[in-house]
Amino acid sequence: MCGIVGLLLKNPSLNGQLGQLVTPMLESMSERGPDSAGLAVFADTDRGEKYSLFAQDADFDWDALERALDEALVPTPRIEAQGRYARLYLAADPHTVRHWFEEHFPALHILSAGHFIDIYKDAGHPADIARRYGFPALTGSHAIGHTRMATESAITPAHAHPFTAGEDFCLVHNGSLSNPYKIRRQLERKGIRFETDNDTEAACRFLEWRLRDGDSLEDALSQGFNVLDGFYTLLMGTHDKLALVRDPFACKPAVVAETDDYVAIGSEYRALAHLPGVKEAMLFEPKPEEIYSWTR
Amino acid sequence: MDTLNPTAEAVRFDLSETTVRELNQYLHHELPGSGAKHVEVLNPNGRHNLAVGVDAPVSIDIRGHAGYFVGGMNKLAHITVHGNVGWSVGENIMSGSIRVKGNASECVAASGHGGLVVIEGDASSRCGISMKGCDIVVGGSVGHMSAFMAQAGTLVVCGDADPGLGDSLYEAVIYVRGTIHGLGADAREEPMSDDDYARVANLLERAGFDHDLQEFKRVASARSLYHWNADHHQEY
Repeated sequence: MCGIVGLLLKNPSLNGQLGQLVTPMLESMSERGPDSAGLAVFADTDRGEKYSLFAQDADFDWDALERALDEALVPTPRIEAQGRYARLYLAADPHTVRHWFEEHFPALHILSAGHFIDIYKDAGHPADIARRYGFPALTGSHAIGHTRMATESAITPAHAHPFTAGEDFCLVHNGSLSNPYKIRRQLERKGIRFETDNDTEAACRFLEWRLRDGDSLEDALSQGFNVLDGFYTLLMGTHDKLALVRDPFACKPAVVAETDDYVAIGSEYRALAHLPGVKEAMLFEPKPEEIYSWTR
Repeated sequence: MDTLNPTAEAVRFDLSETTVRELNQYLHHELPGSGAKHVEVLNPNGRHNLAVGVDAPVSIDIRGHAGYFVGGMNKLAHITVHGNVGWSVGENIMSGSIRVKGNASECVAASGHGGLVVIEGDASSRCGISMKGCDIVVGGSVGHMSAFMAQAGTLVVCGDADPGLGDSLYEAVIYVRGTIHGLGADAREEPMSDDDYARVANLLERAGFDHDLQEFKRVASARSLYHWNADHHQEY
């Protein structure tokens, strides 16, 4: 069991309240996933090349990273650090940046890369994580959250969702895949590298590979139905979209509420019950093996 | 807890102030023999396990959307949800009735032994899965794999049925008014008899729906799957 939530604001005047609206959604799914949680937030405008970073060491010296970047890669990188988490603004090719980090700071985990996306994820109770990273104060046009009850791999910050691959793409998953190693082997032969042994990472990297190859999100998901075996409700975000699918047996739940102001997705109605106007919202349950997507 | 007011007609529980456990403990322990005939539940907000295991002739109105397992194992009580419900409404219902004014999520009346479950809107996947004698009437449509392995009882669908209807059916019977988007393994359409029309008419009346009986189709088990046959070599 895990909990997934998503919120896409159709009314931009609400963008300042994104964190306030989505944090109770996430926390209400704590019973479905009490061991880890994460949130991906997409900005409503292009913020330039940026990275969400997570340090394994609680006393990580972010100033030292800034100095090293300044000397080795590009001048004047900007780092906004908060404990083990930092957001790095850096005008450099993402491929080069990843390699440089692997070589010089292997204990730093790149949670996300892109012009719009920030990801926060950690092990612990969702409410504690929300407080730790200040989720209620976050702003943007759409967000995806996940509360995890681990069933198939370890409980660590890296195994928490959302998973990400490439730039401005992330995915959360409720369920379990039965063929992640097969998918993984196929992708590894194409030079795609994995960071964890989590089954969701295989789905995430498969879909991102299809997108990078030129598929639309909808085409990539159609491919996903053929390739992914197991139980899944998947919720994905790109710089301007949310997309939702359920496996052909609809084994894992999801409910959607749509109003003129927003589209909200939750594993259960409880996640949506506090949203303004939800009593008048169009509520529906997504069907198995159908692709639902919304653009901001 | 000011929810118990014996002078008022309905005993009222506001779940923004009271817990589900307090509601259910009242229904199990204090209500029987108290003379209370009507319980009202406010602000359910999708909470799970509302009014499960009730064993008393009481009417319960839940005003808002309920979560999973509402009215599970119900005996004798008449429960109305003025909203939508999550998974497994009326799971293992024994008797009495449950009416949902909105839509229902998956597994309506799963394993239900008796009683009547009415969904005024749509019901999603696996409606009536493994039902064992209860009756279900859905005003709208049902999702895929409804009445999966249903053993006894009746499922009436006034709208359409998604694929896999009646997969691996035993002796439950399904009636569908709209389009059947696909039958499951061993389910087949059969001619309607006078008994079938009478059965549908009775259930529609009890559910409060009015439709032309001639529009209903009967789906039942072809009975080729559940008789084990070694000669089939697992090929069915």
